[in-house]
Amino acid sequence: MPEIRNYTVNFGPQHPAAHGVLRLVLEMDGEVIQRADPHVGLLHRGTEKLAESKPYNQSIPYMDRLDYVSMMCNEHSYVLALEKLMGIEVPLRAQYIRVMFDEITRILNHMMWLGTHALDIGAMAVFLYCFREREDLMDMYEAVSGARMHAAYYRPGGVYRDLPDRMPQYVDSKYRDADDLKFLNKARSGSLLDFIEDFTNRFPTYVDEYETLLTNNRIWKQRTVDIGVVSPDRALQMGFTGAMLRGSGIEWDLRKKQPYEVYDRLEFDIPVGVNGDTYDRYLVRVEELRQSNRIIKQCIEWLRNNPGSVILDDHKLTPPPREVMKGDMEALIHHFKLFTEGYSLPAGEVYTAIEHPKGEFGIYLISDGANKPYRLKIRAPSFIHMAAMNEMATGHMLADVTALIGSIDVVFGDVDR
Amino acid sequence: MSDYYTTLAAEARDQLAGLIESVDVSFNELNIVVSKDKLLDTCLALRDQKAFACEQLIDLTGVDYSEFGEGKWQGLRFAVVYHLLSIRNNHRIRLTVFVDGEPPLVDSVVDIWSSANWYEREAFDLFGIIFEGHPDLRRILTDYGFVGHPFRKDFPLTGNVEMRYDPEKQRVVYQPVSIEPRISQPRVIRDDNRYLGTMQQEEEQDDA
Repeated sequence: MPEIRNYTVNFGPQHPAAHGVLRLVLEMDGEVIQRADPHVGLLHRGTEKLAESKPYNQSIPYMDRLDYVSMMCNEHSYVLALEKLMGIEVPLRAQYIRVMFDEITRILNHMMWLGTHALDIGAMAVFLYCFREREDLMDMYEAVSGARMHAAYYRPGGVYRDLPDRMPQYVDSKYRDADDLKFLNKARSGSLLDFIEDFTNRFPTYVDEYETLLTNNRIWKQRTVDIGVVSPDRALQMGFTGAMLRGSGIEWDLRKKQPYEVYDRLEFDIPVGVNGDTYDRYLVRVEELRQSNRIIKQCIEWLRNNPGSVILDDHKLTPPPREVMKGDMEALIHHFKLFTEGYSLPAGEVYTAIEHPKGEFGIYLISDGANKPYRLKIRAPSFIHMAAMNEMATGHMLADVTALIGSIDVVFGDVDR
Repeated sequence: MSDYYTTLAAEARDQLAGLIESVDVSFNELNIVVSKDKLLDTCLALRDQKAFACEQLIDLTGVDYSEFGEGKWQGLRFAVVYHLLSIRNNHRIRLTVFVDGEPPLVDSVVDIWSSANWYEREAFDLFGIIFEGHPDLRRILTDYGFVGHPFRKDFPLTGNVEMRYDPEKQRVVYQPVSIEPRISQPRVIRDDNRYLGTMQQEEEQDDA
């Protein structure tokens, strides 16, 4: 009789369902997983080491490239850490803009998650719908910062500039006719805020569309219900945060519990799961989409009625406006010093965390009083969720691994840093 | 909120007396320093005592203090920093343990918080800190067969080896780096009088 042995399957690093460069070594017993060993680090760029070699403000663009589907949220945590060390308070309007863009980013991230998660489990259409919405969201990014993805929009002391009064429009081209152009520019005739408001009015119906396709779909439920069940105790032990923790039934959201910026002035609810399986995490995130939409609406309302400055006027920390610089020697000196040497922060260590779309995103910053961080540690949510892969996958079938990867909402820029 | 952490610090001094070396509150965060041999007991106390109830190890990281303050550092070279979060009490605690030696040795906290597993592998990989009692201490972020610990301050930013495809040998080869280290902005420590106010206040608080 031949000896029956476990065999090893190598999943990735180039696998369409791996969401990047994940190499997963799976020990199989038939089709059942005995052990999953994720090999990460294939995208390790040494962001933390690079940040140690640069003045503080030059590391903001690196933050965009960590979790490259929720760019502004990464920046947010970093600038909060700097502001905490500086001991400054940013203008209220900047705080509202930040919160609004955090929530736009959350939708952006969850759209990516939902589209690819559904695609991995076999639902093609959701992916196309989600990317349709991402297009609008990235246009918002572009209108406000000039970049569709890597915005570098949040700066210590506020945000780079105020919201534009005019939304960029599509122009005539030989590839589209007049009707198309009119359709594309329909929502873009006013300011950026008008465009965002139009989106928030349309968005709930879009979420309904996804839910019609998935929530009661028999195949979707077969692939997600009771897959990767994590009990509340284990979720805490394994360091879960964000939707992963809430999916397991623990009501914990930094926006509510340790509010930063203006979250304590806004109304929203925290969805909580019951069973801690992939399906519950899906429901939690879909509800987060609706809540984010609600927050954005409140921010628009406030921002319309309260014009004002969006960045501090302290030119030791924030660059002076171009026009002033042309005529004022002092402003020119400030500008020169700021972009050559940067600013020195007082010695000390701070940890700031925000509710990132994927979980708690933290920045641990040690300063020794120099113009560069002494040590910057990025607490990336995907990293620690990925670490739970072994425990979640053991005992499941090979095909469930893709469902789990989707459920973790993993992005490798975030895991490897 | 600051009052909360001052109270918590007092509580820590009281309940963890004999275990910890120092407690202080700065930037509205609670820092606890513990010696290497009391680490596990302190962690257990912080997790299980009702006043702290830190169910979660949010972050664990290594720090290499060898170049801190441009050579003014007097203490031990390495530190392992634990960030703990209590869901029940809604607070955070930072626990620091300083270590020295080559390789630096610290007890693993995997049995206390499972999330320490990958974090300790990461700190081992990047700083070469050995966590005794860790079930599977392998490199995690660097390449297979990587030599050195890249986040130590004596490891150059450019690295030591570079990789390229050699068309003659028809394979990837490793060779010493060909790029020169370059510093575009020098590191400087400047006293900024804007922070003097806050620093004086803190000194007065310390005196009082």
